[in-house]
Amino acid sequence: MNNTADKFILLSLRLITYAIVLVVGYILFDIIRNGFSALNWQFVSSFPRRSGAAGGIFPAIVGTFYLVVGTIAVSLPLGVGGAIYLAEYAEQNRFNSLIRLAIITLAGVPSIVFGLFGLGIFVLFFGFGPSILAGSLTLACMVLPTIIVASEESLRAVPKGFRDASLALGATKWEMIRTNVLPYSLSGMITGAILGIGRAAGETAPILLTVAAFYLPRLPKSVFDQVMALPYHLYILATQHPEAERIRHMQYGTALILLLLVLGLSLGAILLRTHSRKKFRW
Amino acid sequence: MVEHSIYPENQEMVITTSQVNFFYGQTQALFGISLLIPAKQVTALIGPSGCGKSTFLRCLNRMNDTIPHGRVEGEIFINAKDIYAPGTDVVELRKEVGMVFQKSNPFPKSIFDNVAYGPRIHGEKNPKRLAEIVEQSLQQAAIWDEVKDRLHANAMGLSGGQQQRLCIARALAVGPKILLMDEPASALDPKATTRIEDLIGELRTNYTIVIVTHNMQQAARVSDYTAFFYEGQLIECDQTPKIFTNPRQKQTEDYITGRFG
Ligand SMILES: Nc1ncnc2c1ncn2[C@@H]1O[C@H](COP(=O)(O)OP(=O)(O)OP(=O)(O)O)[C@@H](O)[C@H]1O
Ligand SMILES: [Mg+2]
Repeated sequence: MNNTADKFILLSLRLITYAIVLVVGYILFDIIRNGFSALNWQFVSSFPRRSGAAGGIFPAIVGTFYLVVGTIAVSLPLGVGGAIYLAEYAEQNRFNSLIRLAIITLAGVPSIVFGLFGLGIFVLFFGFGPSILAGSLTLACMVLPTIIVASEESLRAVPKGFRDASLALGATKWEMIRTNVLPYSLSGMITGAILGIGRAAGETAPILLTVAAFYLPRLPKSVFDQVMALPYHLYILATQHPEAERIRHMQYGTALILLLLVLGLSLGAILLRTHSRKKFRW
Repeated sequence: MVEHSIYPENQEMVITTSQVNFFYGQTQALFGISLLIPAKQVTALIGPSGCGKSTFLRCLNRMNDTIPHGRVEGEIFINAKDIYAPGTDVVELRKEVGMVFQKSNPFPKSIFDNVAYGPRIHGEKNPKRLAEIVEQSLQQAAIWDEVKDRLHANAMGLSGGQQQRLCIARALAVGPKILLMDEPASALDPKATTRIEDLIGELRTNYTIVIVTHNMQQAARVSDYTAFFYEGQLIECDQTPKIFTNPRQKQTEDYITGRFG
């Protein structure tokens, strides 16, 4: 390839990157500009009034927070467990590559399909009803593939030398994994969790059928209660509300809070990741 | 076949292998290896690249168990116990038979935690006892003076030669009787290599050592016995000076005089 072509490709790639940044930046700017006026203490701390046209979004914040925590609590151990099996124990044969392929495919399944699945299995079959439990489990199914793939990759990235040294010192396989593989792959697993958090917090379709309520007069008391949730609240305000045109600031405010919540949770996870990266470097 | 006559009359043998074959799937890498490893002596395994030295070494502490589709045939006795007999406790075996790898592989933990790793997984919790073991092992590996002031620093910050001696200390901390070393100095500069060789000289009073090396001078310097491998076969094993001055086999002579390999 000659120099001009090289330069041309570099330039186009750079332009594409700038374009993406620009679009994302504009979306952010738009949300902040329109939502900022809605933000005040009352907005984040009080219940909605007049079907969300006034008042705040406190219960939706709490609901989304619970759902994210529930989702991670279910999907992280399951996902990490599955990844450990796939990376460390499963033989490299056709059956297991099929499983791996299935998991990757699962990551691309539309979220409404997970919603229907959750409705069928958790809400109806297990009889959890529309509840935090059913919603979290449904969201967990949705983010599981992401977490498994990220965790498996980070497990495989741990050098063979550490494993050999461990075994040669008389560690059993599980001791080797626990002491000399998991700690070093933690940061990769947290990356998977971060991606999962973002998706779990933002999806509307899976919770629509399994947990979300448009209005509840009080906060949930147990995992068998329904909750309000930010994306669902936003969806109703923007599309179903009779005054949708007039309450744009409430919609943008809700979107902004959702973004901040995801950002906050992710930031926490990123700090955790940097910490574990610093601790183990090779 | 190895003849007993190459060893002194009352030489105790720690490892006896007989007719050992090893297969990587369909490919056979070792062909009928029968070798005796004398106690508290250094035995060097030499031979051209790919001749099966590492494979043989890894049979001795069953590290080859981890190879998918790997298969061993024949018998290996260590301290009169058949290590491939069903029901053998591999953990116990590996406590008895330590291993040092070609590429130094300290854990990305503190120097102290590296050495304490083995004792800890084998149940030693007493901090005082652990500190003793760590100091003693680092002393034995001739690295104590260099690291005693930074035991809690990350082991990754050590130089290559120090890392390798740390790995030796880590292996010693488990209390093995036998040390397997797979080209322990091949990634080190001459000065660090000399230190490792000196260390091997000190360790041989207390340990049985099997060392794989590509470096003929090194084999000559550190070992008491040398076994020459070629294409998965044991060609001959003899006292080191004899191998290097007056080998019985033509192939050995060709190899050590540098005619191939
Ligand atoms: N994991 C493996 N899978 C398949 N074949 C292997 C594997 N490891 C080694 N071999 C083959 O077995 C033979 C012996 O290899 P081995 O590593 O024991 O040789 P070596 O004498 O240690 O060589 P070197 O001096 O290069 O380290 C070689 O032909 C090698 O290609
Ligand atoms: Mg080798």
